[in-house]
Amino acid sequence: MNGIVAGKVLKYGDNINTDIISPPQYMELSIPEAAKYAMSAIDPDFAAKVRQGDILVAGVNFGSGSSRETSPLTLKHLGVGAIVAKFFARIFYRNAINLGIPVIECADTDKISDGDLIEIDLAQGVIVNKTKNEQYACSKIPPHILALIGEGGLVPYLKKTV
Amino acid sequence: MGKTMSEKILARAAGVSGASAGDILWVNVDRAMMDDILGPRVEIAAKMLEIKDEVWDKDKVVVISDHYTPPASIKQAEIVKFTRDWAAAHGIENYHEFVGPCHQIMAEYGHVRPGTVVLGTDSHTCMGGALGAFASGVGSTEMLGILVTGKTWLRVPETIKVTWRGKLPPGVMAKDMSLKTIGIIGHAGATYKTVEYVGDTIEALSIDERLAITNMAVEMGAKAGLMAPDAKAVEFLAARGITGGYELIVSDADASYCATHDFRADALGPVVACPHEVDNVAPVGDVKGTAVHQAYIGSCTGGRYSDLEAAAAVLKGRKVKKGVRLLVSPASQDIWQRASASGLLATLAAAGAVILAPTCGVCVGLHSGLLADGEVCISATNRNFIGRMGSKNAKIYLGSPLTVAASAITGKITDPREFVREVGA
Ligand code: SF4
Repeated sequence: MNGIVAGKVLKYGDNINTDIISPPQYMELSIPEAAKYAMSAIDPDFAAKVRQGDILVAGVNFGSGSSRETSPLTLKHLGVGAIVAKFFARIFYRNAINLGIPVIECADTDKISDGDLIEIDLAQGVIVNKTKNEQYACSKIPPHILALIGEGGLVPYLKKTV
Repeated sequence: MGKTMSEKILARAAGVSGASAGDILWVNVDRAMMDDILGPRVEIAAKMLEIKDEVWDKDKVVVISDHYTPPASIKQAEIVKFTRDWAAAHGIENYHEFVGPCHQIMAEYGHVRPGTVVLGTDSHTCMGGALGAFASGVGSTEMLGILVTGKTWLRVPETIKVTWRGKLPPGVMAKDMSLKTIGIIGHAGATYKTVEYVGDTIEALSIDERLAITNMAVEMGAKAGLMAPDAKAVEFLAARGITGGYELIVSDADASYCATHDFRADALGPVVACPHEVDNVAPVGDVKGTAVHQAYIGSCTGGRYSDLEAAAAVLKGRKVKKGVRLLVSPASQDIWQRASASGLLATLAAAGAVILAPTCGVCVGLHSGLLADGEVCISATNRNFIGRMGSKNAKIYLGSPLTVAASAITGKITDPREFVREVGA
């Protein structure tokens, strides 16, 4: 991967927890079926409106709560290309990377609005807001993690090494 | 400079002579735990077929069916069957089902030992820290890596020291200490860090009570919640036939902490976490009178023997308010049997409680008692997120088993001290 991710923003607030992303009542369903209910507690239209490559932008503590990998899996299934938040809950952060989803920390997510077009340089740690013509600093993804994300996550990596 | 428990345990697991917060280590995992909801069926079974369909060490892998037991639908039954068959096909002898929430089973069956590294596909794996293990939750894909290699990388966390001093007043429980701590540190205040609980209050608590505190470390974002293993931990393990093969690793007196918080147990009253965040903590008096429809005592947080005992002391000779349902799920089959033999379950049932199987069902809204639109639940569990126990238009308050019992009697959120002057004294 060239380390650049671009897409349209879907904007949410603070503390988007795993019970919101994957409501427990639907977890017995397959990922494609469960994905229909992703985020439904706060945004019933989410699954219908998210498009391939869209970037979720949120406030603090994204992904708090459960270790359930169904959360990043359903987001990935729906086409989410990257997630930007002020910071992430620990297990979600690792899960996302293991599944090959770029997760980026940025202090300025309040300046980004729903519908903005943004471009993230993962290696340099820069977000360009094309709609607003602004630029924000964000966390950099180190080369070896970028390589893991580029491979598509931990499984392809393990296939090569185990 | 001395070392924290986290630094020492992770250094041991990585086979290095010393480690400091911030180091990234490849650690050997002592126990890898999977439950039914997030275990083999999510990414693991299918992907292992593509890599290497064999676990690195059968004796170190534990599989527990607890969330979907007893199954409430054919889909749930299929998941439990899949989990059971997967464990059998991979030669996993440590397979437990229908016996209670995984974290309680991990502790009771001796899988959690002081000084070891325990990782599980469930965020409340951190509960094992009450026995002095570095225990933490991981996702399914990470577990897959552990299953085939026996290792994972961990960043050695900084440690926040939480000190509790003084004696808990009557009517106030370890659960109140847990909620109070989370209210102050905040639901993300310990993200990526260890929370280490120390002080004479902690030392005076039973293992049952300590588990109710470390269980909720992840509700502050923590990677682990640790307590120094002591004679009580040794005794707890000995009672389960584990008499050696572990090391009592404790923090050095001059270890360095990134933050410290001091609390007084003797000044603490009952508290509740209000909807929809666990750190939305208030004295029970602030919300007293809020009508409740369901009261729940159970889970890996609030269903241990001492919890049932506390609830029974309040409910004995009293009745659950008409229109309120009190559900009780002992946290394990062993607790269920002990509470049955001692008459606790009969006391609770006589007051009107519905006694359920040992299960996760109610806690995470999968079966056995979901909430409808507009309903309010007071619960002895660990999470009150929107939609967790059923409808997204329901409200969950978290409190101690005593607060839940008192509220079940009056039908509204109630300070248990109205009923107990002597319990807990
Ligand atoms: S009882 Fe609740 S918190 Fe504990 S493992 Fe089960 S679902 Fe998770």
